[in-house]
Amino acid sequence: MSTDPATDPASAYDLSHVDEVENLATFALLVDNEAGVLHRVVGLFAARGYNIESLTVAETDRKAHTSRITIVTRGAPHVLDQIEAQLSKVISVRRVHDVTRDPNGIERELALVKVRGTGQDRVEALRVSDIFRAKVIDTTSESFVFEITGAPGKIDSFVELMRPLGLVELSRTGVLSIERGATGM
Amino acid sequence: MTAPTTAPKPAGKFIAPAAPREMTGAEIVVQALVDQGVDTLFGYPGGAVLPIYDALFQDNETHGPRLQHILVRHEQGAAHAAEGYARSTGKPGVVLVTSGPGATNAITGIVDALMDSIPMVVFTGQVPTHLIGTDAFQEADTVGITRACTKHNYLVKDAADLPRIIHEAFHIATTGRPGPVLIDIPKDVQFARAAYQAPGEVTFSHGYAPRTRGDAARIAEAARMIAKARRPVFYTGGGVINAGPSASQALRTFAALTGAPVTSTLMGLGAFPAADPAWLGMVGMHGTFEANNAMHDCDVMVCIGARFDDRVTGRLDAFSPGSKKIHIDIDASSINKNVRVDVGIVGDAGSVLEDLIAAWKAEGLEANRAALDDWWRQIDGWRARQCLKYAPSTTAIKPQQAIERLYALTKDRDAYITTEVGQHQMWAAQFYRFQEPNRWMTSGGLGTMGYGLPAAVGVQLAHPDSLVIDIAGEASIQMCIQELSTAVQYGLPVKIFILNNEWMGMVRQWQQLLHGERYSQSYSESLPDFVKLAEAYGAVGIRCEDPAELDAKILEMIDTPRPVIFDCRVAKLENCLPMIPSGKAHNEMILPEEVEDLGSVIDEAGRKLV
Repeated sequence: MSTDPATDPASAYDLSHVDEVENLATFALLVDNEAGVLHRVVGLFAARGYNIESLTVAETDRKAHTSRITIVTRGAPHVLDQIEAQLSKVISVRRVHDVTRDPNGIERELALVKVRGTGQDRVEALRVSDIFRAKVIDTTSESFVFEITGAPGKIDSFVELMRPLGLVELSRTGVLSIERGATGM
Repeated sequence: MTAPTTAPKPAGKFIAPAAPREMTGAEIVVQALVDQGVDTLFGYPGGAVLPIYDALFQDNETHGPRLQHILVRHEQGAAHAAEGYARSTGKPGVVLVTSGPGATNAITGIVDALMDSIPMVVFTGQVPTHLIGTDAFQEADTVGITRACTKHNYLVKDAADLPRIIHEAFHIATTGRPGPVLIDIPKDVQFARAAYQAPGEVTFSHGYAPRTRGDAARIAEAARMIAKARRPVFYTGGGVINAGPSASQALRTFAALTGAPVTSTLMGLGAFPAADPAWLGMVGMHGTFEANNAMHDCDVMVCIGARFDDRVTGRLDAFSPGSKKIHIDIDASSINKNVRVDVGIVGDAGSVLEDLIAAWKAEGLEANRAALDDWWRQIDGWRARQCLKYAPSTTAIKPQQAIERLYALTKDRDAYITTEVGQHQMWAAQFYRFQEPNRWMTSGGLGTMGYGLPAAVGVQLAHPDSLVIDIAGEASIQMCIQELSTAVQYGLPVKIFILNNEWMGMVRQWQQLLHGERYSQSYSESLPDFVKLAEAYGAVGIRCEDPAELDAKILEMIDTPRPVIFDCRVAKLENCLPMIPSGKAHNEMILPEEVEDLGSVIDEAGRKLV
């Protein structure tokens, strides 16, 4: 925190910490599977001005009535701390795990990628998909739909390579995460 | 819920009472309120809550008035009255309103309770389950609307869930950082029959477990930091009040042990006695010169149950630049939210203070008395500036003088003070000297005009023999004036002490200082005759414009055993000072004698702030 009152800007609400870089962060939440629980989480992000880069949610334990939400956001370290603290306050949220800052965190995403092309581009698309271990799940004489899983960065790379080869459409699940090792969340 | 609402409960869930009492949903609500120790609820009937009102009526016939329902005149009044009741007793406030407009009208009070951490349970009626989502008459998505402004909320789809949900709601509202919890009950669920379970018989369905004991190692570290401090200051807040009277006691003990000066936020007034020599007065935008300078120049700041709100910190990048900061808060998300601290302790203010005292004694710590003497000399220098000084007049009542006299004439009585929002609120905070907790009810976080009168109704119900005064402005009081009718109906002798300067004073002050004296929409045109208004409601009206008559008329008000509106005509253009101008730091306060320059002190950036 600056101690020099001569420096501008002088806002009573100046919460910007200019020295801090924004990072992507993934939070895994275990929540009670009840009506409106997703709204509680998403509403918190909207109300406090946090970004949502991706979001996945599904029931994971029918008996315990819990769902898992994985949410990717962006912020400076102190903002990420605040997001974690705010999420932990929601009554329906049972656990919050910062996957990004956990060295044992694993993140995966699935994408469906539609590419249209003929001739050499078509051959090249198929060759690249092979390198990325993507699966062809639909094909016509002029198009492919690939299914690819991996870390978000790998999917980004695949999409960038497909773009000049005739990328038509992209559908991504958003990030899923889990921790390495024998113990659960 | 994803599970079918008719799904049978797992057998293990019932810790079978001797004879499971089956009753209607509405009767379950009433029984649960009784079992939760509720004696008073504030509400307004309507189509979607008629079964509960019927159950209340029948309970009253069978068991006598064990549950007193207070009929307000507007649902916002119900919520504020519940806040007043809660804040003056430490017990949760209970609200019962109908669907649609009943719920939406209550929302201002619910947000107010969330911002000021007031325990509250709100019951709203809802259209029958099969009509939800059809835009039915008086349907509103109450749980959707209130998700952002409650600590937690429920839509009850099965009467069998009601006992658990109600007991859970009371638990959540009153523990951890207190707040409002809302239960939305469709009309068919109020009619449906189900087994009742008492508080001890239900299994909570959530993982909610607030932490109340602070971390021992951090408490010990904090105690050592305080002992080493040369210029310590305690900055306390509403959390100390919420932690109960024993927390205020622990604060007094610990402050005496450490020899540190104490200041407080608006919400924390009364936790530390204003009569104590270590009391610096309130901190923040309209706090005292000595409190703000002590905050700016301290070397160790001990924040207890406060949250570094913008009204307190002023310009954040110049906030107490040279200090180590200790922050004790029951809400982990308050720590490092606005201001980064060196030691954060998550826990109940009372519990942590007691642990701090124990750690202080166990380690044989002693304050640095020589350094403290220097620190107190410096503080006395700030005090000598007499930042609250004002120029009395023989022709006009100064608003500060009105509060000073009100305090002088009520301090030996069993008095409770509520306020509306604006200049009068700040003058009340500056000039009414609170010695005990739970005596001061004000809308701090949300700043809700209209809070004070219904809050006073709630306070008076909880303390029927006490003197309850709503210090008001002529603009604020008109926002919930209808609750005077409630006061009259229940014979509640609340006193409404209006500092009538014919202006929305704080708005006028900011327009004078920041907007070139362009007084846009801030003059109170067409004011009612408050004396006649009081009489029209069946209350008593008193008017005072002469400083010489002020004392006699205040005494007349106090001695009137009925609701009173006191129309105190005060100097119209008085500004509330001292003041930290927008965008300035604690040590850049404007004192009354500098008021002529005030407009030039605030720069363009400051003008843009609220």
